[in-house]
Amino acid sequence: MSVQELVIPPKRAITTKPRLSDKIFRGVVTGGGLSSLLILGLIALFLSYRGFEVLRQEGLGFITHSDWSITADDAGNVVDSHFGLAAMLVGTILCSLIAVVIALPISVFCALFLNFYAPAWLKKIMVTIIDMMAAFPSILFGIWGFLVLMPSVEYWAKLLHRYLGFIPIFDMQVSVYTRSPFVAGVVLSIMIIPIITSVSREIFSQAPLDRIQAAYALGATRWAMIKAVVIPHGRSGVIGGAMLGLGRAMGETVAVFTVLNIVFQINWQMLLGAGGNVASLIILKFGDASPYEIKALMAAGLVLFLLTLIVNGLANLIVKTTGKSGR
Amino acid sequence: MSNTTTVIPTTPWKASRRERALDTLVFFAALFVSFTLVAVTPLKGKLAYLVIFFLAYALLTSIFKAQQRGSAAAKDALVNSLVAIGAVITVIPVASILATVVKNGLPGISFGLFTHDMALATPTDPLNNGGLLHAITGTIILVVFALILSVPIGILTALYLTEIKGKFTGPIRFLVQAMSGVPSIVAGLFILSAILYPITKSYSGFMGSLSLTILMIPTIARTSEEVLNLIPNDLREAGTALGGTQWRTVAMIVLPAAKSGLVTAIILGVARIAGETAPILLLTGGGDKVNPNSFSGPMGSLPYYIWKSFNAGSPESITRAWAGLLVLVGLVLILFTSARFLGTRKVAK
Repeated sequence: MSVQELVIPPKRAITTKPRLSDKIFRGVVTGGGLSSLLILGLIALFLSYRGFEVLRQEGLGFITHSDWSITADDAGNVVDSHFGLAAMLVGTILCSLIAVVIALPISVFCALFLNFYAPAWLKKIMVTIIDMMAAFPSILFGIWGFLVLMPSVEYWAKLLHRYLGFIPIFDMQVSVYTRSPFVAGVVLSIMIIPIITSVSREIFSQAPLDRIQAAYALGATRWAMIKAVVIPHGRSGVIGGAMLGLGRAMGETVAVFTVLNIVFQINWQMLLGAGGNVASLIILKFGDASPYEIKALMAAGLVLFLLTLIVNGLANLIVKTTGKSGR
Repeated sequence: MSNTTTVIPTTPWKASRRERALDTLVFFAALFVSFTLVAVTPLKGKLAYLVIFFLAYALLTSIFKAQQRGSAAAKDALVNSLVAIGAVITVIPVASILATVVKNGLPGISFGLFTHDMALATPTDPLNNGGLLHAITGTIILVVFALILSVPIGILTALYLTEIKGKFTGPIRFLVQAMSGVPSIVAGLFILSAILYPITKSYSGFMGSLSLTILMIPTIARTSEEVLNLIPNDLREAGTALGGTQWRTVAMIVLPAAKSGLVTAIILGVARIAGETAPILLLTGGGDKVNPNSFSGPMGSLPYYIWKSFNAGSPESITRAWAGLLVLVGLVLILFTSARFLGTRKVAK
């Protein structure tokens, strides 16, 4: 019997230094995490790089003028060009404001219903339906809006014009109701109801339970409780949700293009069948655009990008700060 | 003999018979008002009945409650009805959309639709000519390439936000939120300006996939982050206690535990982009033939097919568009339902 030498491995030093595998892991994950920054930065960079020439030529007129024309000679060289987005920007803002004004009360009521009125089974079904609605493709809303919804909306527009025509925005000189910003606004409002509803629902459900029960214990009706507890708690969160909806409505392309008649003239009369929309302009002009006009479209895309970025950023800040204060 | 009194349990919070009778009365009164108003005034249509009925009901119940219990109860009754109106208005469009898609789409669905492409047909041809095979294969190819690119990035972003929690956590969460608000057309223009014009110079399916990737990353990242946050910290601590490095803990414990949730996140991402139209219009060129090569040649897809058929404007082509929409909506609904199924199973555990 041979005595085997017992080999004791050298003691391993205890350190808090990460291993190589962890270093690689952290590096890769951090790189992946930073990709959103990279992509957003690249979008801004490339769109401004491509649109720079047009932006320099037009200057501030790019967002204050509203004519969009390009003249080329026989050889295809650009002789004269005017690119102005004012009408499109006004149209974008008008359509999305209409959408938010319609969608906000409906969504808030719906969120209140889901949180404080509906029985559990109905709540489950309705939440599923609303989430499903958010997943519907926008072309579906566009075609449905054009073929099914538009006749009804035109009829509502006629009623609005007849009974509320004395208010300037409901007024119009030529009676063309088809494909108006109002129609686009109604379609957009249906598209953003799920967003505003789910944000409001989230915020309302964070309302402090002790205060809700205190309100009931004091004999409050359901509405009195909501007015005293839920609304003060959720007000700014709902505003944030509405702004998220506004951002979505501003960037919507295909649905708006299907139902809106695009005219290069500033028009604040929401019932008149002539509107503008930056995103739809890009689809409209892209098909037969010359390389120079494409640059103008890139610049238009940049304006749209920055606009939605600002609106979304503000909205997220508002939602985030109220979400924290609720806890 | 003893005196026994039987106590009848009272339920004062329940509506008495008289109150229930009154409620029914109000209901029928509102119905009556809606029918008369539609008959008398120029208002017409199914929606008019509904709107007037609800408004009349809201008004009448609040008047009744005001008489019975004063103004607080009246306001409560009014808000009751308003809230119900909000819920009904939210559901009506979904019902209407699904009903019209099924009604208008079914006549266009046939077996040939799934076995032919449009290479030898135009959208205005009779319906038995051509089909949408090219569109279905195209959409699948577009989605697969978008998945290959966006799943790693999305999940890595979520891992950064939940596992590493470095100093960029706040900014990155903010940027991911901001990215989910990027309009789809801007994503299309970006790929156009950054890759298509300077490098490839031709339309192809891969360009479309790239733009869809941009739209898909935030959905995957945000849903995965929520899922990873649900994984109990005990598991991570157990992994560390067994001597695992962070890499081993995440790869062997956290990710497998979150698997079905991550699949849900991916499915929701696919549902988000499957019907995306604007960037597809700018980038893929929309071929009419089955094209298995994503890197060259125009690639058809369901949204493009629907768009093209809808714009052709003849009755046949519009039926084609509805049939395409039905297939697309069916696809989105299947994805959505499976995501729900997986998601609820995870939560139930």
